[in-house]
Amino acid sequence: MCLGIPAKIIEIEQGSHGKVETGGIHRKINLSLIKDARVGDWVIVHAGFAITKMDEKEAMETLKLLKEMTGGV
Amino acid sequence: MFDELRDRRVVTPLLSELQKIARDLSPVRIMEVCGTHTVTAFRSGLGNMLRGMGIELISGPGCPVCITPDEVVAGAVDLLIRQKDVILTSFGDMLRVPTSKGSLLSINPAPASSVRIIYSPEEVLAISRENPEKETVFLAVGFETTAPAIAYIVREAADKGIKNLSFITSLRLVPPPLRAILSSGEARLDGLLYPGHVSVIIGSEPYEFVPREFNVPGAVTGFEPADMLLGILSVLRQMKEGKPMVDIAYKRAVRPEGNKMAQELIREVFDVEDSLWRGFGVIPKSGLKLKEKFNALSTDARFNLKHEGWGVRGCGCGDVVKGKISPEDCPMFGKDCNPDSPKGPCMVSYEGSCLVHYKYRGIEWKM
Amino acid sequence: MENVDLSVGSGGKRMREFIKVVVSYLNNEILSELHDSAFLEMDGKIGFTTDSFVVDPIFFPGGDIGKLAVAGTFNDLVVSGIEPKYLSLSFIIEEGFPMDDMKRILNSIKKESIECGVKIVTGDTKVVRRGEAHRIYINTSGVGRLIRKPSLSLENGDAIILTGPIGEHSASVMVARGEYELEGEILTDCASMKFLLPLWRDGAIWMRDITRGGLATVLCELSKGAGVPILIDEELIPISESVRTLSEFLGIDPLYLACEGRALIVSKKEGSGAIISALKNSDQKQTCAIGEVGGPGRKGEAILRTRAGGFRLLEELTGELLPRIC
Repeated sequence: MCLGIPAKIIEIEQGSHGKVETGGIHRKINLSLIKDARVGDWVIVHAGFAITKMDEKEAMETLKLLKEMTGGV
Repeated sequence: MFDELRDRRVVTPLLSELQKIARDLSPVRIMEVCGTHTVTAFRSGLGNMLRGMGIELISGPGCPVCITPDEVVAGAVDLLIRQKDVILTSFGDMLRVPTSKGSLLSINPAPASSVRIIYSPEEVLAISRENPEKETVFLAVGFETTAPAIAYIVREAADKGIKNLSFITSLRLVPPPLRAILSSGEARLDGLLYPGHVSVIIGSEPYEFVPREFNVPGAVTGFEPADMLLGILSVLRQMKEGKPMVDIAYKRAVRPEGNKMAQELIREVFDVEDSLWRGFGVIPKSGLKLKEKFNALSTDARFNLKHEGWGVRGCGCGDVVKGKISPEDCPMFGKDCNPDSPKGPCMVSYEGSCLVHYKYRGIEWKM
Repeated sequence: MENVDLSVGSGGKRMREFIKVVVSYLNNEILSELHDSAFLEMDGKIGFTTDSFVVDPIFFPGGDIGKLAVAGTFNDLVVSGIEPKYLSLSFIIEEGFPMDDMKRILNSIKKESIECGVKIVTGDTKVVRRGEAHRIYINTSGVGRLIRKPSLSLENGDAIILTGPIGEHSASVMVARGEYELEGEILTDCASMKFLLPLWRDGAIWMRDITRGGLATVLCELSKGAGVPILIDEELIPISESVRTLSEFLGIDPLYLACEGRALIVSKKEGSGAIISALKNSDQKQTCAIGEVGGPGRKGEAILRTRAGGFRLLEELTGELLPRIC
């Protein structure tokens, strides 16, 4: 039920909408569910809405943890 | 960005870690609540690898199309057949659920009426604007992940005074059926993987009753293969230490308090109500309905929909969504019921357990 | 003539004017005779195929329905071991179709047929009332000389080779339709695969072009048709980032997305290196072996080793590919 794609904000219009990009694909999305969105922020997109900003520090932590557990990729 | 999370060079060693702990605990039954978790587990072959070490993943009720009861679809079918100048919109899978009269995509609509598949709820605003002479109806299905988006659209429609748009809402909440499943004990669960994106909205707090009242461990889990393994690892560790909790194994997206803005928006537009679920019957306080002040936007109120309908006789989806039986246990699975000729929503929805089990059959796997 | 109208299909003066335009693009000594039938000569065994094209939209990034109509039929023959020589070309046109678009399509047909080395020798035009067809439909049939009949007599170890990244045609068309408001620079992979012809004399045993149903469907047809198990490694399948992302956005499995210029080739293991080199030299830079006959499956089963390292059974495409969100 939870198809959510991480994507980067590349444009903000009027504060309520913006454009995201990931892997060469762009889409206009609604930013009304998150606060203080900025160009360059990573968000999770679900049904055309950004439902949260992604915590990049935590993302790096997860990757670091995996690297430690698995001896690196 | 997250290619490592699907890479076998990460997944395989992670599995070894799991195996070390699972050895003393198996057999283990973990329910992955979310349909998207089912898809990941099967598409990647993870489910099979885990079974090989005594960890059984059981699909839960997290497929909104699957748990929407026949009565809701019947209401939409009723409208489409008798009311002209309607554009009925919904997400793709919803339109293919079979009923005794056919699916929304397959039935003959009333004159000048049609169905349209949409990707984002925002599209219905444009559709209603571009078709002023028609009534745009949005069959809105989903859990807490989607509810804020729907709430936003309802509020927009109300604020802008849009007269030709209305909603058939079929929105439900995740924690109540978990309580029902754990109370009945039918699924015999050792742990839960909580849905990562529902939890983005509601946080981890709503699941606290699970370890507190039922002593069952759980982890809020993301959707890449490595994410799922990290979630399962957390559950196994909790089992080993005998300290069940609600762990967040998807920290890059989920905070314990969730998304407050989204929660407020849901509260602004919806009231919680007792809701009918396929398989479970009525679960108290498990659904969302439009607040009185938005009632004018309810398709039900506008058109007095008849919700009499039934699905296909013998369909086992009700027991599948509860985790009581696996798809393979349903007598119709793979025979009368298959993707080309589905008999129930679990074989229609892309994340329906039956379709996933059918499409992504694994093979014996030994580490 | 600004738009194609019903009189163009009626057999009179307007039709002759229209045909004159068509011939001006596709001129060759057989077509210019404008007989009811074309007179041809070919030695030995021949192969024959037909295909119809109803793509929407008719113009998409990197191609159009005209290019597709030639390449599609050409490729069908080539992967069947046939060297294509002659094509027929039939149009069903919706009343009001702009002549400018018609000329654009004719130009593509001309270019592609020169590229392929085939002659269009006969054809037909019908015009239907507005609303009875969507813009234009094309049918092409093709005939050619048999070089070598493909064989499904396969053995463990036989190599399975893919000529390039998957799903680009479907992805390009989906973006061009703008249905899900996704934007991106995805060009179709639509192309005629002339580079496959020499392989029939250089070790190719069996080929299939990957069209509707995608790579997964072709792999299933291969294993079922040959009655052998096959094992494919998902990590080895070339796919562009854009196609991968688009698939994820829409919840669609890229293994089922159509191509229009990619082929699957089976050869003996010893010969696969030479085939891959030859293809890379013909500009198919991402050609690679993606798997082989054999593996843990039973006869007729196509097994995929997933990126994550698990195994799953591949199925043919069932139902329609609808994007999902929930």
